[in-house]
Amino acid sequence: MRYIDYMQLNPFQKFGYHFANFFKKLPSNLARFFKFLGRAIVRFFVAIGKGFAGYGKRFVKGDIFVKLSYLIFGVSNIVRGQIIKGCLFILVEVGYILFMINFAWQYISKINVTGYKIENGQQIDLPNSLGYVAKTETLSADGFSYVPEFHDDSMLILLYSVLTIVITVIVFAIYIANTKSAYKVYEAKKNGEAIPGFKAEIKSFLDEKFHITLMSIPCLLIGCFTVLPLIFMILIAFTTYDKSHLPPGNLFQWAGLSNFGELVNFAGGEAKAHTFLELAEWTVVWAILATFSNYICGMIVALMINKKGIKLKALWRTLFVVVVAVPQFVSLLLMAQILAENGGALNQLIELITGNKEPINFLGGNWFTARVVVVIVNIWVGIPYTILITSGILMNIPADLYESATIDGAGPVKSFTKITLPYMLFVTTPYLITTFIGNINNFNVIYLLTGGGPFTNPDYYNAGYTDILVTWLFNLTMGEKQDYKLAAAIGILVFIVCATLSLITFNMTKSAKDEEAFS
Amino acid sequence: MIKSYKLRRGLANTFIYIILAVLGLIWISPLVYLIIQSFSADPEAIPQTLLPASFGFDNYIKLFQETDSLNFPRWYLNTFVIACFSCVISTISVLMVAYAFSRLRFKSRKKFINIGMILGMFPGFMTMIAIYYLLKAMQILDLKSIFGIPGFDGTILALIICYSSGAGLGFQISKGFFDTIPRALDEAATIDGATRNQIFWKIILPMSKPIVVYTVLTSFIGPWTDFILAKIIAGDKIDNYTVAIGLQKMIDNDHKNAWFKRFLAGSVLVAVPVTILFLKMQNYYVEGVTAGGVKG
Repeated sequence: MRYIDYMQLNPFQKFGYHFANFFKKLPSNLARFFKFLGRAIVRFFVAIGKGFAGYGKRFVKGDIFVKLSYLIFGVSNIVRGQIIKGCLFILVEVGYILFMINFAWQYISKINVTGYKIENGQQIDLPNSLGYVAKTETLSADGFSYVPEFHDDSMLILLYSVLTIVITVIVFAIYIANTKSAYKVYEAKKNGEAIPGFKAEIKSFLDEKFHITLMSIPCLLIGCFTVLPLIFMILIAFTTYDKSHLPPGNLFQWAGLSNFGELVNFAGGEAKAHTFLELAEWTVVWAILATFSNYICGMIVALMINKKGIKLKALWRTLFVVVVAVPQFVSLLLMAQILAENGGALNQLIELITGNKEPINFLGGNWFTARVVVVIVNIWVGIPYTILITSGILMNIPADLYESATIDGAGPVKSFTKITLPYMLFVTTPYLITTFIGNINNFNVIYLLTGGGPFTNPDYYNAGYTDILVTWLFNLTMGEKQDYKLAAAIGILVFIVCATLSLITFNMTKSAKDEEAFS
Repeated sequence: MIKSYKLRRGLANTFIYIILAVLGLIWISPLVYLIIQSFSADPEAIPQTLLPASFGFDNYIKLFQETDSLNFPRWYLNTFVIACFSCVISTISVLMVAYAFSRLRFKSRKKFINIGMILGMFPGFMTMIAIYYLLKAMQILDLKSIFGIPGFDGTILALIICYSSGAGLGFQISKGFFDTIPRALDEAATIDGATRNQIFWKIILPMSKPIVVYTVLTSFIGPWTDFILAKIIAGDKIDNYTVAIGLQKMIDNDHKNAWFKRFLAGSVLVAVPVTILFLKMQNYYVEGVTAGGVKG
């Protein structure tokens, strides 16, 4: 379509055009995404190759001290007068070696071995396990019972192995920095340039290298408490870690893809696969309902508040915004109590109005009622957010659009569906998709309202009718089942869906922008 | 003609007033119910009528006096301490990361931004369970007291770490704000001999009051409203609860019959300060979210 044609479309047609385009271009967008991914990987390896080339070049070109620095950190720096810096390098090396010998090796050497445990006097072999010996037993003094003795803890072995890998990567980076620094001072010395002292180096961390100063502590925190646990949990998905493999006393083993296999084996008639399929369906339905009900209702209310001639705008807005301001857990716990079967305020209200003495069990009875109620309560919680966010954008819709629509005889409903909705959809698509992803992960509303119940379906594996995937994940780990491996596998699948959605949106908005600029 | 138009508009506006009033009533009534019932002095444990017959401060007084089984004042203090510490640490790390990404140009800056984005896409509590084991393995959870302060034990420290450690990932909104400050200022300062450190403290920070206030308020409110992480970390140690899990504890099956009204009173005590802070923050909130969301 030429630009001039595009300009003549009304907003709704424009949106339709983009919408159709999105699906038309989906294959090519996906292809572009994978091409981009491929190129990124190639670039990554090229960078590594270049790194190694530089690494070798520095080794060949440098003098004996530079070469020595490749074995013992910091030698070149010390010889050329950067004593403190050199000593710090050596300290890192010594520290790392001590850490490996005294601590890390006893864990990382047991990461994938054939272990065994002794139970009731019998030895059970455990192939591909993390750790050699789980449990041995000695006959107690009276000779009738066994006293267990625990040895390797698979949990700690996995955790510390991941930690060791992370630390090794960091030390490797320092090692490379060391070789670079060694060569740099060598060159500086050779060319007769001044070698910066320790103070000058420190000062550079407040100026040219300020980003390192700023980033190091947050990166360290994120590395320790986000990346490391993430790697750990991802690895858990490939093991047999659950209630029957709890350390101490048990080792867990590497299980390959079997956890994912259990989840997607729909034909096998397994409870897990069945539950996964049903909950995934409900999660998608829930996310769509929750996102669009909030979006459309919120926008209508925002339009009403902002309509010309409506007075007390601040009052109306505050009425709704207060609900956002109250902590979500308070309002949700309160709602759960108001909807309760016994002594719930809503049932009292219904009795007051209709005289109906039979209390309705909103959240724990019929599964369909429970789901509808959850969506409605979510509207109560969510509309104020939409009002907050869309108010500003709604004000930006040119007023003459509405005026001309009114002159042409359009009623309020028609101008909403023909002007407001297309315009808003066009502007806020990224926001919508973020909200959609947020709703897929919307733990609070489900957990605090129903806890996943009603738990009336015996075919479900540890789940209720309103459970979405993330609350199921939570119940699997924190509840009775303690099925950690399955929870980790679900987490990974949810992540893949969310990440794909985000990346496609990212691509889409980018392509939409490009289109506006160039076509 | 004009008259009928005016009439029509008047009718439409009345109609809208009615709808807004009804909706406003629906939206606000659960909160009104919460506040009114929290002042109820009726003898029944669970309110049997919509409006209580007598009023008083009984529930609030009991909340602070009967602290043997469920210690609400202690939870309140816990949450306040956690919120203060994590607010300071989070604010500093968010601003540092945002400034680095926005104003400094260094190698692999884009890569870091992308990695941050991808890390943010994992469901949050997938890592929380692992964090719990990590903290247990590091024996932080078993610490009895830190700096010799009674009550300031491992769980509290663990929660502070958890709330503030990932804060650096939430740099987008602050970065967006820093991006709007003209770079010419930096350049002028550099010509005058300022280091980047000085530029950060003396030029950028004083100009960024709104975003600093926004970051401080969000990170302070976080621990008051978070539920799931605290539940995982605190586990069965009732004394180390934050208000969120504490209040949920009050209405579980074992406690609900005795504690329901005190739950309402406690909810009011938590909701009031948070609401006030939030309303203060509202303008920044709108700016921040729309800037982050719509730009894509």
